[in-house]
Amino acid sequence: MTEHVHRDDFGSRLGMWLFLVTEMVLFGGLFIGYSYMRYRYPAEFHHAGGELNATLGIINTLVLLTSSLTVVLAIVAVQRSEKKRAMALLGSTLALGLVFLVIKSFEWAAKFHHGLYPNSPHLATLPPGEQVFYGLYFTMTGLHGLHVIAGLSLLGVMLWWVATDRIRQDRYIHLENSGLYWHLVDVIWIFLLPLFYLAA
Amino acid sequence: MSETLHSPETHAEHPGYGTFIKVWVVLLILTGCLVGVSHLGQTAAVWGLLTLTPLKAGLVFYFFMHLKYEGPLFKIVILVTLGTLLIFFALLFSDVAFR
Repeated sequence: MTEHVHRDDFGSRLGMWLFLVTEMVLFGGLFIGYSYMRYRYPAEFHHAGGELNATLGIINTLVLLTSSLTVVLAIVAVQRSEKKRAMALLGSTLALGLVFLVIKSFEWAAKFHHGLYPNSPHLATLPPGEQVFYGLYFTMTGLHGLHVIAGLSLLGVMLWWVATDRIRQDRYIHLENSGLYWHLVDVIWIFLLPLFYLAA
Repeated sequence: MSETLHSPETHAEHPGYGTFIKVWVVLLILTGCLVGVSHLGQTAAVWGLLTLTPLKAGLVFYFFMHLKYEGPLFKIVILVTLGTLLIFFALLFSDVAFR
């Protein structure tokens, strides 16, 4: 006797998108806050933006864009039953995500070294506009960093599931949804690059 | 236990590797342009930010996130969200402008 297992891939994707929409609103609120503060303190944002390492921001953009590509290619590989290629592509995504976090940690460490961290005594001596800039910088890149960690954890599970055939040609909705999450993390970074690193 | 699949395949045709690699190349070029215009002064940088960044995000949404291959419902959900954010943005700045 065959047991009917209900499966609704469309519903799964819709559910994921509804969740992603709440993420867009979460970051959207921060972006609106940023735009008002930049409008209010243009000179301070310009000056503080110049203190950030634009090269690291640009490298991290390329890293995340490429990691997005490898996720979407991994889905194609699964659709074509190319398991080894799918695993290699997902492995590349994980590696690129880790590279992103390592670069980010170097960048933050340099800021901390210069006395720039939330609530630091040095930060308190800066003009209010620059304090706001760094407040938004740490909040938004920090929240984004947490999303990178969450995405990497998800994709790590996906790699394991591809390896154990839980994700395969006829059943890959979990990989698709994890990919959607990873792409949204990428999109948020696409906005963070010009707002912070290229602000000067 | 064997599974009987009753999920209608909504993806009409799966795109291949080539499509996504092309989109990735365009994204890299647009990032280069964005960095380039950011050196051309404040006005150019702001215009670059307002045009190239949404374009890049749009490409990721449309291709990488498979929106191109989804039905209208997904597109409506996203447009309503973006529209809501835009309304909040407009409300905030209409308030700021008359202070």
